[in-house]
Amino acid sequence: MNVDLVFKIAGLGILISVLHIILKQADKEEQAQMLTLAGVVVVLIMVVQLIGELYSMVRSVFHLF
Amino acid sequence: MEVLQVVGIGLVITVLAVLIRGQRPEFAVLLALGFGILVFLLILDKVGVVISVFRDLSRKAQIEDFYLTTLLKVLGIAYVAEFGAQICRDAGEGAIASKIELAGKVLIVLLALPILTGILEAVVRLLP
Repeated sequence: MNVDLVFKIAGLGILISVLHIILKQADKEEQAQMLTLAGVVVVLIMVVQLIGELYSMVRSVFHLF
Repeated sequence: MEVLQVVGIGLVITVLAVLIRGQRPEFAVLLALGFGILVFLLILDKVGVVISVFRDLSRKAQIEDFYLTTLLKVLGIAYVAEFGAQICRDAGEGAIASKIELAGKVLIVLLALPILTGILEAVVRLLP
């Protein structure tokens, strides 16, 4: 049960939200939005790979072709 | 004992998700999705074992293999559709969740049609 991936997502989420607040304080609103966007994209890529693994597993177990 | 693992990690992830939901709600959804998939992968190993036992039983009872594979497909569709719908409902998207469930139901009915026609033919043959 590779739990580290889920905790990686959680860590990234916290990091991004903290950095977003810091950038907002330094009134660099655009960078903050870009950073959040980049964070969401990175995490989305990780989750989509996980979904791909899930689908191949379901397909093999349930013969859902 | 996997259940201890799953419950422990589930509670930790729930706290993290609530923490993140304050500032960045989209990460909370991704976190829930990640954990859901993880538990699903763990469960699928166990379901695979159960299914292999059912397959052996049905082979011994000379039940036609077609019915079991259809049953498995229906089970798979139900599992995945419920999983996706629940994640969408957690994220607050009730409309998307109901659409996913609708698609799942239609696909299951589609799969059940051959068996339905088979039963009806059997009933008609029984009638005098």
